[in-house]
Amino acid sequence: MMVEQPGGAKGVGARVLRKEDDRYMRGRGQYIADIGFVGVKDVAFYRSPVAHGRLNGITFPPHLRGRVFTNADMVGVKPITALTALPNFKPSVQPPLATGKVRHVGELVAMCLGDTRAEAEDVVAELQVDIDELPAAVDILESQAADAPLVHDEWGDNINLTSTWESDLAAAKAAATHVVSREFRTNRQCMVPIEGRGAVAEWNSRLNQLVLHSSTQMSHLVRTGIAECLGLEEAQVRVVAPDVGGGFGYKGIMTPEEVCLAWLAMQCGHPVRWLEDRREHLTASANCREHHYRMTTYTDDRGRILGLEGVTAVNVGAYSSYPVSSGLEGAQIVSNLPGPYVVPAYRCVNYSVASNKPPILPYRGVARTGVCFAMELMIDAIARAVGREPSDVRLENLVPPSAMPYTSVTGKNFDSGDYPHAIGLAVDAIDLASVRRRQQTREPDGRRIGVGFSFFTEQGAHGTSIFHGWGIPMVPGHEQAVARLTPDGSLELRIGAHSHGQGMETTLAQVAHEVLSIDLQKVKLVHGDTEYTPYSTGTWGSRGAVMSGGAVAVACKELGQRITRIAGHLMQTDPAQLRFADGAVVGPNNRMSIREVAEIWYHKPQLLAPDVHPGGLEVTAGYKPRVDTGTFSYACHAVVVAVDVECGSVEILDYVVVEDGGKLINPMVVDGQIYGGVAQGIGTALYEEMPFDSAGQPLASTLADYLLPGSAEVPAIRLIHMETLSPNTEFGVKGIGESGAIGPPAAIANAVNDALRPLGVEVAEVPLTPHRILSALAAARVGSPS
Amino acid sequence: MKPTAFEYARPSSIEEAVRLLAEANGAAKVLAGGQSLGPMMRLRLAKPSMLVDVRRIPEITSITAGEGDLSVGAALTHAEVEDGKLPDTTRGMMRFVASGIAYRAVRNAGTIGGSLAHADPSADWITCLSALGAKVSVTGPKGTRQIPVDQLMVSAFETALAPSEIITRVHIPNLSARARWAFNKFCRKTGELAVAMCAVVIDPLRAVARVAIGATESRPIVIADATSLLSSPMTSRSIIYEGGHAFSPATAQIHATILRRTLEQAARP
Repeated sequence: MMVEQPGGAKGVGARVLRKEDDRYMRGRGQYIADIGFVGVKDVAFYRSPVAHGRLNGITFPPHLRGRVFTNADMVGVKPITALTALPNFKPSVQPPLATGKVRHVGELVAMCLGDTRAEAEDVVAELQVDIDELPAAVDILESQAADAPLVHDEWGDNINLTSTWESDLAAAKAAATHVVSREFRTNRQCMVPIEGRGAVAEWNSRLNQLVLHSSTQMSHLVRTGIAECLGLEEAQVRVVAPDVGGGFGYKGIMTPEEVCLAWLAMQCGHPVRWLEDRREHLTASANCREHHYRMTTYTDDRGRILGLEGVTAVNVGAYSSYPVSSGLEGAQIVSNLPGPYVVPAYRCVNYSVASNKPPILPYRGVARTGVCFAMELMIDAIARAVGREPSDVRLENLVPPSAMPYTSVTGKNFDSGDYPHAIGLAVDAIDLASVRRRQQTREPDGRRIGVGFSFFTEQGAHGTSIFHGWGIPMVPGHEQAVARLTPDGSLELRIGAHSHGQGMETTLAQVAHEVLSIDLQKVKLVHGDTEYTPYSTGTWGSRGAVMSGGAVAVACKELGQRITRIAGHLMQTDPAQLRFADGAVVGPNNRMSIREVAEIWYHKPQLLAPDVHPGGLEVTAGYKPRVDTGTFSYACHAVVVAVDVECGSVEILDYVVVEDGGKLINPMVVDGQIYGGVAQGIGTALYEEMPFDSAGQPLASTLADYLLPGSAEVPAIRLIHMETLSPNTEFGVKGIGESGAIGPPAAIANAVNDALRPLGVEVAEVPLTPHRILSALAAARVGSPS
Repeated sequence: MKPTAFEYARPSSIEEAVRLLAEANGAAKVLAGGQSLGPMMRLRLAKPSMLVDVRRIPEITSITAGEGDLSVGAALTHAEVEDGKLPDTTRGMMRFVASGIAYRAVRNAGTIGGSLAHADPSADWITCLSALGAKVSVTGPKGTRQIPVDQLMVSAFETALAPSEIITRVHIPNLSARARWAFNKFCRKTGELAVAMCAVVIDPLRAVARVAIGATESRPIVIADATSLLSSPMTSRSIIYEGGHAFSPATAQIHATILRRTLEQAARP
């Protein structure tokens, strides 16, 4: 039942323009703040000014009664708890408004209501909040110490979760000719989607239902969480995500603000709105990425890895966020650290360390950006130790295509691919030989040139078995889609995931077109509203194309069978002889438009066969890949940089990405995903950092202090696509949405180290600020014998 | 991030503006482009009772060529300078500096006078105009006076302006035909506040060899006679390292590098 694709192909694999860009590019999108609500009032929060303290009391002038709400008012509201079933996990209890203690700067203390946001902020300014400040746990290493301040007194220490992998390293140690040890750090940063969080809650007394509009990636899970916290039936909660201006994981959690707004809407007879401002966003909420690694590799003379050991940590902040939990990041570190390599023996322990910082959230790439940074800098360190090209040491260790599908040392099922071919393409595209020649002569401007690589796999659309293993409350099963033909022959697709930049309104229409040949403009995607869509864990983990794409394909195939069965009767043709082309059912010598079939089903049922399928032209189908441990896309990033060793600045001269995402539904959409991801990765590598002082105060509160790469900092990125199909998914698609953000910090840091190698300098921490580079250069000068 | 409530006035003369400022007793603020004041009000770091919008006052938007200098209304925007609205009396220096201030959106609204009055050490005009030897006219309740730009800033975000004084005009000496200049700044990324900055103006016919070092922790460091530095830029390190500044080692190194490079660039024939 596949569609022929003549010249103007629009199905799977076609580079068609995105349908949704018509509204995005004309400023006609509708985001939370664009939607009008009659009688809406604005909320501003009093947020903790200290990182750690005892909350003694909140007082305010009597005239503000009814406009200020504290934890004591929210009787019966359950705190947010995100558990994992992993052994040793210590659960945290996060009240929507603080009680007893405050545990990070920006934690919600009181909710204030005003006719406008400015008036709500005026109310905040009138509050008197009595807090006894306590010493704060801040640093990722110091917070592990026995005498560190306790974030949760009842825990006894700050170790939220210990994750381990154990295999015997004795043989590796005995056989190794080189032992290479390094320490790496990725500093805390923020996600910074262009639109922050926001929510509007109202109580619908007719439907006896709470309606929560929220800028979220996972409306169904927010609905589950809100119902739980407020003690409502799930049918009493409707969550609507309108256009969402970027998520990147920040909108993959239920926030305490949403719980507060939902509760408040049930108390007062009008809608209530909270729109996050950038200061709240940076200082109180959107934190991610803070990792620390101590690693040792045991290798032979060629740099072949015999064994790998790691002691790692992630600073998870004060609370476990719903539903991903604070355990996800650490579990990912331990299981992903060996990367795309053959690692015969591996031992790793990760400590998820609580601190008086905002909860760490799963930013695009999640733990893998840090893991890739550590492992790929390690590969370069091995290369230096054994005196080989870093790209050759990668080739020495990469899983060969002959071994596919390959089960990694941590049990990851690499589904397909040719990793060595990818690095070969990258070496050629970046022209390694000419960079090496250029390095032989001094640059006219005195800068130093370096080249760096990174290689990684991206597990995407991992399903039931993986998430069940992590024991968190968002285990995805079958993803569902509804395909419904309307009487005029248009197709409605309903999915429970959400598209907020991924282009799913286009790519899922392409999937439907591939199966049914319906014109893309006649396919409408309904998403983001729990009232109209099947349950889903949402859009995260590079799962949209695989899971929603698979579900749409299956639903459309079933719908196609219903259509051909009806058409077969009407056309007096065996349905097995019918196929779809140009929006019609085509037989050996006759045809009938899908529109006619729809019209007859809905309006002229007297013409239908007596045994017609009573389900008609509406199908709900579920989908899960044959192997649910995830697809493994992979990529090699290669970059050439120039380092100004006097000022410590880094300029990217060339950037190449070789990427294999299996079958690409729309290569242009994938290009966009990679460009955007690389831009974010450049931010992680060179610019973005949320520093804290020793009292736990965040030191960047505006985008003047928190630097994002702009158009001048992101070079023209050259993309090379490979296309190795996944054996486990519809069309052979692989998840690829996070990939771009994983590789850049490692590749760029390796390039900087390559440039600075003649000076005996090796950096091991991102972002690579001028201060870090100059400090490393100064330390090398002090340490050098001259 | 919304400002506290404030009054708004748009006077049509300097005298009226000064009167409004004086009546408010220090609680009112002058609004020009609003590119610094606006964010400060939204962060509630500034809570003025009134904004006195001076952008429509003819006296502070006009441009007049004088004897040996150019007199520019203080409310001229960076974009207007960038786009060549001023006669080029500085051999392109003003236009070059304007084009590198923040981002175009900021330049479209931000003004020269506003930047000088805000007195951010990292801003471009305070350093550029100090090197050019420019002066400002300021008008207050007691009349009008002139202040050399290198005397205007007292320390970070603090100027020699009295509470009710407004910068009305900037007087920029004309560079002669053989004058040379160089201007460099180091920013973490395009358009961001500078970490280090240096402006050099050499005008032999007017016996000028001035250097201004900006983006310090306070007012720019001005070297009124930089003749010897220009002949041996390598000696300039001591200005950064021995001037009693509180730079971190890395910041000091960046300052010293930008200073040396700018001197070398200016000295190059």
